[in-house]
Parts: sequence; structure tokens; C-alpha cells
Amino acid sequence: MSTATYKHHTISVLVVNQAGVLARVSGLFARRGYNIFSLAVAPTEDERFSRITIVVDVESATIEQVTKQLFKLIDVVKISELHPAESVERELVLATVKAAPEVRSQVLELVQIFEGKILAVGPDEVTVSLDGHPDKVDDFEELVRPYGIVELQRTGRIALPKLERQAPRLRAVRGKVS
Amino acid sequence: MKLTGAQALIKSLEMESVEVVFGLPGGCILPAYDPILESSIRHILVRHEQGAGHMAEGYAHVTGRPGVAMVTSGPAATNLVTPLCDAYMDSVPMVAITGQVGTPFIGTDAFQECDTVGITRSVTKHNTLVMTAQDIPRAVKEAFHIATTGRPGPVLIDVPKDVLQNTMDWDWPDSVDLPGYKPNTRGHPKMIKDAARLILESHQPVIYAGGGILKARAAEALRELAELTGIHVVTTLMARGAFPDDHPLCLGMPGMHGNYTAVTSMQRSDLLIALGSRFDDRVTGKLDGFAPDAKIIHVDIDPAELGKVRRPDVPIVGDCRLVIEELVTAVRDLMAGGTTAPDRSEWKARISGWQEKYPLAYEPHVEGDALKPQMVLETLRDSAPDDCIVVSGVGQHQMWASQYWKFNHPYTWVNSGGLGTMGFSVPAAIGAKVGRPDKMVWAVDGDGCFQMTAQELTTASMERIPIKVAILNNSYLGMVRQWQEMFYDERYSEVYLSPDTPDYVKWAEAMGCVAFRAEHPEEVQIVIDKANEIDDRPVVIDFRTDSNEKVYPMVAPGQTNDGIVVPPFQEGHHGQGGR
Repeated sequence: MSTATYKHHTISVLVVNQAGVLARVSGLFARRGYNIFSLAVAPTEDERFSRITIVVDVESATIEQVTKQLFKLIDVVKISELHPAESVERELVLATVKAAPEVRSQVLELVQIFEGKILAVGPDEVTVSLDGHPDKVDDFEELVRPYGIVELQRTGRIALPKLERQAPRLRAVRGKVS
Repeated sequence: MKLTGAQALIKSLEMESVEVVFGLPGGCILPAYDPILESSIRHILVRHEQGAGHMAEGYAHVTGRPGVAMVTSGPAATNLVTPLCDAYMDSVPMVAITGQVGTPFIGTDAFQECDTVGITRSVTKHNTLVMTAQDIPRAVKEAFHIATTGRPGPVLIDVPKDVLQNTMDWDWPDSVDLPGYKPNTRGHPKMIKDAARLILESHQPVIYAGGGILKARAAEALRELAELTGIHVVTTLMARGAFPDDHPLCLGMPGMHGNYTAVTSMQRSDLLIALGSRFDDRVTGKLDGFAPDAKIIHVDIDPAELGKVRRPDVPIVGDCRLVIEELVTAVRDLMAGGTTAPDRSEWKARISGWQEKYPLAYEPHVEGDALKPQMVLETLRDSAPDDCIVVSGVGQHQMWASQYWKFNHPYTWVNSGGLGTMGFSVPAAIGAKVGRPDKMVWAVDGDGCFQMTAQELTTASMERIPIKVAILNNSYLGMVRQWQEMFYDERYSEVYLSPDTPDYVKWAEAMGCVAFRAEHPEEVQIVIDKANEIDDRPVVIDFRTDSNEKVYPMVAPGQTNDGIVVPPFQEGHHGQGGR
């Protein structure tokens, strides 16, 4: 479970639901030269707050500096670092794929395997939706590409911590035993 | 009680005990200028909005209270961007109020509209656009709370014209509710114990005191720590005066133009106790060669500073004063338990050896040459009271002022450190004098800087703010000239100004000041004495100084601090300092 194998890190940022807060967060990333892989924002169960899920390129800056700088924003209430191995991550994709009658069944089969949904069917195209772990979305995108992607839109990943964290104490202790 | 938004704004400032506002009215902020006529708040009418911002900063530097600037929308707001950024870089508490076009016009490219909140987002600690009159008191209270607590900084409130005109029910909030803002002031007890142990184990420790000492009002605590442990102190450009220059443990300023001993003792130390300092590139030189053998204790109220540049061995988040006080207690406890520091006499001997061998020095004046700027500063220093406030611009004169003045009291040195804002001096000195009318205030300026903001001397004359300005006039953008001489083969490109265009004496007189000129060494003391006797209007002295004079010592850009260069007559250039 070493961080080194991951080039990205997901942070979940709880912010006060106020005009301009997204600009503050994204502006900070731009100013400090941190790269964002993806970003998703939506209101939470508490209407006073929104949650911004940011996938950060940890090669452009240490995750520690990113979170510390973010926390300096007055509107940022809480930041959780979500290590990929300790969180559940989901992403939604909408895609319009070429599906002429002679290959349509193959495309539909792929969608079925990936537990996607058919949203619209045209003479030569289908629009599908699919959700799952971002890796799964990657796989689908790759497999469907040969048929011809007309348009594709991904939401960017959202994430929450896993409920049963595996032995977090052990991890904290490691390296500190003298 | 029904008030207009404008009345609520001014009343809110009164509730925050604001005694002075620096500003300039215009279209959108007009409503707020009406209740000023009835207010107890003094308004100082500037000649350019940048001046208002720097005055607010100067005021905040010397009083510790937030400076307030109020200007209109559009160009006035953009003129305020430089002071906001300056205050942000140097952690100066400041509240800026800008007018904005009426809410129905926002986003329509209306006359004098600009996206003030968007433009100033990255140069303020926080900013906000107030959309209803009812929100004004809360916005003001939050702004002052944010500006003055934690790591201080500038906060901007943007108020649309109709919000100022609308009526509201006056209600002053008892407290602020900012769920995302809870600065940590108490240091972690275990970290403080670790730090105390490291301090007592170290053989070659140095205290690296930064501007945070002044912001935390921690000068006394710092002195207690230094004297208890016998550890020498360097004071950064932002911390000059935080530890008295005449104290035997004071080593003075480190950094690119720091003195040899301050730079080298840090470089050779085995423990750096960084208190409210941020490992700025002007202090560290080339980072991977900076203090290579030193362990680091880093105390700062801003957690993001810990590990931003250099990874500390003991990071402590907290208010410098509180942490230092607890550190003193922890060291005392260890000492009471029998722990003693190792014998540091050899280290102290090395330090005094460096001090003897490489004092700050300059070559004497040669008959017929222009004045030595260092000599002017020494005369100015020796003629001024011990608690005189010195305010500088940015460049050679700033470095010489920091080097040659003896700062024995906190809050007597005001300058633009982080942003390096030319033109800072005159308006900041005006703000400082407004904050501390009881003290003599000398602005030490360069001729390049002076020309950027000199119009505020009209403000000083009209408002009867008797500051004194010493222009070290070498007719060049001196620091740039120095770099072109040293690093661009003496190819001087666009750095020559002129010694007498403008005629600084006539210009100053035209702005209502008394003005003198000194060209020969024997005139220096005479004009300074005359200037010091004047206390009812601003005074300007045009000192004609030597344009060949360079600031030494110097660590060239990109070099490690081991490559510190002392003036040629002090054994020529050499590297590997202090080995």
C-alpha cells in the first residue's frame, strides 16, 4: 500500500456553500502550480456545505502542501485525504458510440458486460451511460473506442472513505518504532 | 434602528475602533463618504489609491492594529492591488473597502466596473462581495477578525453602490461564525518538549527570527529565550528590531545582503530555531546548500509554512509568543532536572572571530566624489532618537538602511520585504506617522522609488503629517545597476535616471515640504539637524550619493550562502565562508 505507486491522490474538500468558492479552490491550484486531474463539485446532505472532490497530480506538489494551502482558504471547512486503497471511488460516463446495425449487438454486449445503460438509440449510434470505479470506466472507454466514439463525457471521480479501514493504527505506527 | 448601508458601514468601522481611514472617493463609494462627515473616524485623502493602501500598511506595521483603506470601484480597486499583494506577502493586517457598481449592473461591463473580488482573490487572505445592506456589519466584523488573527493579512470587502444606499436594521453581531477558520495558537506540548531537548543538545545553534515575532508581539519572549539559552539571534529583513541590535547575542540581518556573521553562522549551525520565519529564497540562497548540517525547529502560526521549503525536524504550529513562552518553560524544566547544554565556547569564539574579521564596512569618502550612502545613513542614525521609526523603499537604500541602522526597539523598521514594492516608503511613512505621531519617522528612499509615489507628500502637507524623507539620490535604479555591473558585464541598460531631473528640492517645495540638498560630506550633518528640528510639515533631503557604491556583502543569485562575497577591500572575493 505504498503511495509511491499512485501518481494521483484524491482529496475531498468540504466548503461553505458560497458564491465564488469553486473559483477560490481552482484559483489556488492555478496560482501554486498544482495540477488537477479531475474535479467534481456538488451540494452535500447539509445545505450549508458543498463537497469538492479533487484528484490531484501528486507529482506536481506534495499532497501535504496542497492540503495545507487549501486549508488556509477561509471557506474550506474540512479536508479528507482519500488514499485510493482506502476509499470507494466512482465515476459516471456518458458516451455516444457508433453502432451500425452490423456491429450494434457487439456494442450492446459490451455495455451489458459493464452493467451500463442504453439511453438513446439512433440509426447508426447509441448513447450509453455507465458508472463504476474510474478504472472500469477507463476499460470501457478503451474497449468501445474501436467502434468509434462520437462524443464522450466523464464526470470526474467522486470518493468517500471506506467504512472498514484496514488496520489504520498499524500504518500510523510504522516508521516511528525506535 | 434603520440605517443606510453606508451608515452601517461607517458605524461598523467605528465598532471596530477604527480611528483613521486612508482613501479617495469616487462614483460607487460616494454614499459611504457622506456619513464620514459625522463620524469620529479621521479620513486622510490620498492622491493615488496605491498610497492609501501603503499608508494603511505603514499604520498597521507600527501599531499592530489593522490599517483601513477605502476607495471606489474599477481603476481605484485595481490601484489597490499592489498594496494588497504587499500586505499579503508580509502578513500585514489590513482591511480594504472598495465600491462596486450597483448589483443590477454587475456583469454588464458598466462604467468603472471590474471584477474586484476576482482580481484580488489571490492577493488577499479573504475577500467578499456584500450583496445586501443587512450583511454589512457581519462582513466588516468578519473582515477584521480574519485580518488580525492567525497569520495576519489583508481582507477586502467589495460593496455595490445600491447596497450602500439601501436601508437595513442595524444589528452588530456578537461573534463571528466561520466554520472553516479556527487558527491554532497553542503549540503541541510534545513538540515543544522535543524542541527544548534539541536546543539543549545542540553545539552550534542559531535563532532565526522572522517577521512573525513582531506580528505575535513576541519580542520580549524571544529575548528571554535567547538570554536563557545564550543562543545568538539573526533578525531577518522583516524582523529588524525584534531583537535589539545592541544586544551581545544579536548577529543582525542574514540573507543575500546580510552581514557575514549572520549568514555564515546560520550556514555552519547544527540547529536552526526558526521562529516566525519562512525560509525565503533571499535568506536561504541556493536551497540545497543552505545550512547543510542544521536540524530545524520551525515555529509558525501558518501550518503551510512548515515543510514548504525546508522540512523541519520539529514542526510547531502556533502563535510565536505563546510557543516561545512555553519553550522557555520547557528549557527551564530540563535545566532544573540537571540537563545542561554542551560547552559552546568554541562556537562563540568562531562567531566573534567572524564579527571581527568581516564587520559591515565601506571605503571612505574620496575628496570630490559624491556622498557615501552608508555615511549618510550613519549620520542620520546617530542624529535620530533611539526609537525613531525608519521606513524604506526597495533597493540598495533599503539594504543599506537595514544594515547600518541600529534597531533596538520592535516596530521601528517598516519596509516591503516579500513583494519588494518600489514606492512603498513615502506613503508607508505617512501611515506610520499617523499611527505613531509621538515618534520621529524617517523615510529612507531611493530616487527611483521616490518618483513612484512622491505625490503623497502633498497628502502629508495638507494633512499636517510631518514625516522626513531622505532620498539617497544616486541618479540610477541602483540595485539593477549593481546587477548589471556584476552579472551583465557592466552593460547598463535602462537604469540611468538623472540626478537633477526632477529637481527634488523644487518638487518637494511645490508639494508644501521643506527641502534641502546635500552634496558634500560637511553638509550632511547640517541638513539633517535642520530637518530634525522641523515638526510641523514634511521635510525632504536630496542626498547626492555615489552611483558606483554597491551593497556588500552579497550572495549572488543561484549561489549557496557559502559563496558570500565581502567587499573587495576585505580580502577580496572568496567562497567557502567560515570553514
